[in-house]
Amino acid sequence: MIRDITIGQYYPTNSVIHRLDPRVKLAGTMIFLISLFLVKGFTGYIITTIFLGAVIKISHVPLKFMLKGLKAIFLLLIFSVTFNLFLTSGEVLIQVWIFKITKEGVYIAGFMAIRLIYLIIGTSIMTLTTTPNELTDGLEKALKPLNKIRVPVHEISMMMSIALRFIPILLEETDKIMKAQMARGADFENGNILQRAKNMIPILVPLFISAFRRANDLAMAMEARCYRGGEGRTKMKPLKYKKRDRIAYFILGIYVIGVLGMNMVIGNFL
Amino acid sequence: MTIRLENVNYVYGEGTAYEIHALKNINLKIENGEFIGLIGHTGSGKSTLIQHLNGLVKATSGTIYYDDENIYREGYSLKELRGKVGLVFQYPEHQLFETDVFTDVCFGPKNLFMPKEEIEERAKEALTAVGLGEEFYKKSPFELSGGQKRRVAIAGVLAMNPKVLILDEPTAGLDPKGRDEILGEIDRLHKEKKMTIILVSHSMEDVAQYVKRIIVMNKGCVNFDGTPQQVFKQYKELEKIGLAAPQVTYIMQALSERGFSVNRDVTTIEEAKDSILKYLKNKKERGE
Repeated sequence: MIRDITIGQYYPTNSVIHRLDPRVKLAGTMIFLISLFLVKGFTGYIITTIFLGAVIKISHVPLKFMLKGLKAIFLLLIFSVTFNLFLTSGEVLIQVWIFKITKEGVYIAGFMAIRLIYLIIGTSIMTLTTTPNELTDGLEKALKPLNKIRVPVHEISMMMSIALRFIPILLEETDKIMKAQMARGADFENGNILQRAKNMIPILVPLFISAFRRANDLAMAMEARCYRGGEGRTKMKPLKYKKRDRIAYFILGIYVIGVLGMNMVIGNFL
Repeated sequence: MTIRLENVNYVYGEGTAYEIHALKNINLKIENGEFIGLIGHTGSGKSTLIQHLNGLVKATSGTIYYDDENIYREGYSLKELRGKVGLVFQYPEHQLFETDVFTDVCFGPKNLFMPKEEIEERAKEALTAVGLGEEFYKKSPFELSGGQKRRVAIAGVLAMNPKVLILDEPTAGLDPKGRDEILGEIDRLHKEKKMTIILVSHSMEDVAQYVKRIIVMNKGCVNFDGTPQQVFKQYKELEKIGLAAPQVTYIMQALSERGFSVNRDVTTIEEAKDSILKYLKNKKERGE
């Protein structure tokens, strides 16, 4: 039921991508996303596709899981493709009544679809191969310089990791409360919108109470272990760049040069 | 009423990296008026099993019959089934949500679309059955003690007038007094109202004292199924799967090993007392 929702689902296997420093993966994802917007024309996607395919291959995560994320943006994808297909002006290919498909429309629709799909797959690779904790650790370390301009980096990342950690717990709790109320004859599937909203009360009230109780317990447990913010706090496993991380940065560099180079080649041709 | 399970299998998260085969080929028959104890290690599939009995979880394969009717049949009312098979979850007090005790207990029967008078009558009956008097009716569930809250939650299920009552560790986190009271009330429901009871518990003492039949789960399978004496006799096997017999069984085993001819297979203190007294009496009569 509700367990099937996957937000940033981590896929546990042992691959080089999994073992990379989270900072490399963060930077890599950012660079990949930006590169998607820099690419000119379909030929530009050749390098991106090779790069993405190679990363998927070495991550050992089944392609099925990457494509799962696409389900969430399926509607958005359909919308953007249809709008681009029908509403772009240019050389008309097919015309049925007032609907016409133009050559430019097909081109842009295809282009946008690839870009959207790659965006989602690119980010899911990061979340599938990095645990939420590693991710926030990486973010904290990468953003540390912002501390100098009084951005509470540690506090933000602590809040993020607590929030991430609570997502599965609260989902499970919701599932449990829902089942308990269903055991008492509650019905969450039938009725109009107003009734359905009203039917949610028996879930929401216990859920809020339990969220507050858990927050309270966690705060207590942290205080009992003398947590006092990020100042002077050390890590059990501090992040350190290793050889593979440097190699990954190097490959990223080549990828960026490749994309930019391809753009220049295309630019000269056209 | 009878509940029959045939080759029931259940797999969590099928096709994901977190796939767990929680129930493996379960075949069980639960007869009317039984008092069953369901024991097993954490993660043995107890909770999954009981959620199948009122149709909250649908088996991946296999069939469940309630009164010889397939509950997965098209058009079978699961809501009605849930009225007949009451399920009290672990820490049921966490599901209370209404502003006062009485309204909360009314929630179950109200969902079964009963007339107002009957709803209120049933709620009163249920609250009386768990030993909560009228002075509690208008209190907020959140001002009650842990044990009282739990009784309100149990009453919430009882008010649906179920024929079968399933309780998932109803005494977890309660003090000894609260535990005895709740178990006593459950026992009374079984004896006076002839309700079929399935009790999930980690306390071998509680199970031995109240139930007539024990089902032992391990890794999604039913390992043992029999009377407390039959099951606890195999305490060495039970220990292998992280369980144990009641302490008193161990004491009697030890006594008999040291040459006292007492009954080794007792499971409750009461039986142990009788057995020891009998032994002493015999000894006296023989003039030793």
